[in-house]
Amino acid sequence: MENEFEKQFLDLQKKVKRLEKGSKDQLTMVVFSGDLDKIIAAMIISVGAAAMDTKVKLFFTFWATAALRDKKKSVKGKNFMGKMFGMMLPKGTGKLKLSKMHMMGMGASMIKGLMKKNNVPSLEEMFKTAGELGVEINVCEMSMNLMGMKREEFIDYPNLNVCGVATFLADASESQSQLFI
Amino acid sequence: MTQEEVKALNVNLIVDARGTACPGPLLAVKKAIGDIESGEIMEVLSSDEGTKHDIPRWCDKMEHEFIGILEEDSYTRLFLKKA
Repeated sequence: MENEFEKQFLDLQKKVKRLEKGSKDQLTMVVFSGDLDKIIAAMIISVGAAAMDTKVKLFFTFWATAALRDKKKSVKGKNFMGKMFGMMLPKGTGKLKLSKMHMMGMGASMIKGLMKKNNVPSLEEMFKTAGELGVEINVCEMSMNLMGMKREEFIDYPNLNVCGVATFLADASESQSQLFI
Repeated sequence: MTQEEVKALNVNLIVDARGTACPGPLLAVKKAIGDIESGEIMEVLSSDEGTKHDIPRWCDKMEHEFIGILEEDSYTRLFLKKA
C-alpha cells in the first residue's frame, strides 16, 4: 500500500515538473521570411514581449538569415555558390524588400519614411533595443551552410548564436507562446 | 477611483512618452519603473492610442496596480502604482 502511494507521488512529481517546464514565460519565434515588413513585425513583437519581461528566443532561418548580414563586413573563402548567394541575397536590413508593393524599392523607402514620420524606431534601432533587452537570436546553421553564409558576416549582436533545429524545438517546447513569421 | 481622485494623486515620477509610437511608450515605462520605489506612483504621458490598452495589460502582467486614465486634448495621462 505504502509503496503504491510512493509510486503515485513520484509520478505526480514528474508530471508537475514537466508542466512547469512547458509553461515558461517565454516566446519562441521562427523568423523565416526575409521580407522587410515581416521582420519589422517580428522585431516589434520581440521588443514588446521583452518589455513585458518575457524571455524571447528568435530562430532565424532561410531567407531571414540575410537580414542579419552586416553591410560593412565581408568575408573571404566562400565557394562559388556561396558567392552567388552572397551577391543575390540582401546584405543586411537596409536592403530588404517589402512583401507587397515593393515597386523596385520605392515601397520600402516609403515605409521607412512613414515609420520615421510616425516615430516608429527603425529596424536597425529595434535590433539594438532587442539586444539590450536580452532577446536571443539563434541562427539556423543549415540555412547558413546552404547559402554559404558565415558567422563573421553577421551584425554585432550581444546574444547571437548559431544552432540547429533541436535548439529551436527545445526552446519552443518550454515556451508559453510560439510564432512563425 | 474617480477622475477627481486621480487628478489629486501625488505623482512621484512623470514619464513623457509623447511622440513615440508602439512599442516606445511601453519601453519608456519599463525603463522608468526601476527609478521609483514600491508603492510610488508613476504618470505616463502618451499620444499613442494603443498605449491606453497596452499599459493596463502591462501592469496586469507585471503585477503593478493600474490606477486610471485622464484624457487631455492631444494625449493621454495614465497612472500606475508600483508593486
